[in-house]
Amino acid sequence: MLQVSNLAAAYGRIPILDGVSFTVAEGEFVGILGHNGMGKTTLLKTLMGYLKATRGEVAFDGADITHARPHERARMGIGYVPQGREIFPGLSVRDNLRLGPAGQGREDKAAMDEILTEFPRLLPLLDRQGGALSGGEQQILALARALICAPRLLLLDEPTEGIQPSVIEEIEALLRQMKSKRRLTVILVEQNLDFIKTLSERVLIIQKGRILREVAADALGERALIGEFVGIEATEGTRT
Amino acid sequence: MEQAAIQAYLIGVSFSIFILVSLGLAVIFGMMRVINLAQGEFLMLGAFVCTFANQAGLNLWLSFLAAALAVGLFGVLVERLIIRHLYGRIVDTLLATWGLSLFLVGGVTTLLGPQTRSIAADLGNVAVGTYTLSAYNFVMMGVAAAMLVFTFVLWRFTRFGLVARATMQNPGMASGLGVNADFVYMATFGFGAGLTGLAGAVLVPVTGASPPMGLFFVAKAFITVIAGGPLPLIGTLSAAGLFSFIDGIVSFVSSSVVADMTVLFVAIVLLRLLPDGITGRSRRGI
Repeated sequence: MLQVSNLAAAYGRIPILDGVSFTVAEGEFVGILGHNGMGKTTLLKTLMGYLKATRGEVAFDGADITHARPHERARMGIGYVPQGREIFPGLSVRDNLRLGPAGQGREDKAAMDEILTEFPRLLPLLDRQGGALSGGEQQILALARALICAPRLLLLDEPTEGIQPSVIEEIEALLRQMKSKRRLTVILVEQNLDFIKTLSERVLIIQKGRILREVAADALGERALIGEFVGIEATEGTRT
Repeated sequence: MEQAAIQAYLIGVSFSIFILVSLGLAVIFGMMRVINLAQGEFLMLGAFVCTFANQAGLNLWLSFLAAALAVGLFGVLVERLIIRHLYGRIVDTLLATWGLSLFLVGGVTTLLGPQTRSIAADLGNVAVGTYTLSAYNFVMMGVAAAMLVFTFVLWRFTRFGLVARATMQNPGMASGLGVNADFVYMATFGFGAGLTGLAGAVLVPVTGASPPMGLFFVAKAFITVIAGGPLPLIGTLSAAGLFSFIDGIVSFVSSSVVADMTVLFVAIVLLRLLPDGITGRSRRGI
């Protein structure tokens, strides 16, 4: 579904990604792990088109999207949940949900009903402003807002950041449900080892803007591996 | 009773002028945060397009429409060629639009001469007791109210309004959800310019069309939108209501010059007491 070849990107003159290559098959759940500042978020931003690739290619469903703009990628079926959630604070929860379909010119009541069935927690909050929600509620809204557009590939950037454990469990359950129900393909950038290990089928370890190694999710229990590539003391249930 | 009616009329006329000259800016500056110093010249272009369209044989209402469309399209052109390269660069935007303003005044003066042109709106008069009031001023009030309601409905209840509100809050995230933010910015700027062009056209029978006419209105527009605060439509409506009330009463008891000075003084005091404007503490609304 997604082929990334020799991808490079930079902030001004500072190179961040330097020849990233990997593929993701339809229905896969791929985690991306690495130290802070190694290019995880930059990789997602480049895949979404926010940052221009200075080299390399990105193909989605066989089409070259290397130079496509973010809204074009979204309309092709790539969903994005950014780090920090970026809920529209001045819009109601309902309008936050309506925005994607409205912006793509295919607003559909059935899609709204379906998403509210899948995310029942949002039902009583529909008329509240996005900015008035708690962090956990905003994260769930950000996820629902991306999924209401029915993406086939979802880019998720640190969805557990600053979220209380009970809501993390809820997000985990929702993602599992979406994966099986919608056959969703997901690329997850995450620093919560438990979360990434539980959900991902394989994990790409990124270091200095390159994919250094690919490991099975189960290997994330290996103390030496985590210490070397993720830079943390590995203990059961550790969160970096 | 008669005097109260006249005062209400003067307030109504003043309110409609405040709304006409500031509504386009409420969109361009209030919503898009673009400091457009050429706003007065958009108004002037609307006035001239209306004048020429009317002289070419179009009736008054079609001349208004022609002015709105022509200046709206001109706004789209300005956004594509100048403004889109300057989003987020306040000083650069200020200088570029100031340059555009000088260019437009100079260009129109060179092409058409400095004289004021006008069109007659033969709608007759309305007698209130011993006073005779221009019927056209009631038309002006009606158009101003219609523009306000149309803009509010467009922004609050339509799909375009939702997409535009979201894009103005966070264009990056909106585009990540499939919104063509470039197009939304262009269309919103064009809409604001079109409203301003229409305002210029509506003002022609009252003020005439002359190259420097924008100068008389641009300060009034900025004061109204800034005093209104962060909610551009409700804020502009509130500020226009307050200033026109003061303007109408002071005009009646004194003169329009004293009224202008009083409005300016009230605006300064208001912004001293409420630095974020009338709607500075509001979180909901548009």
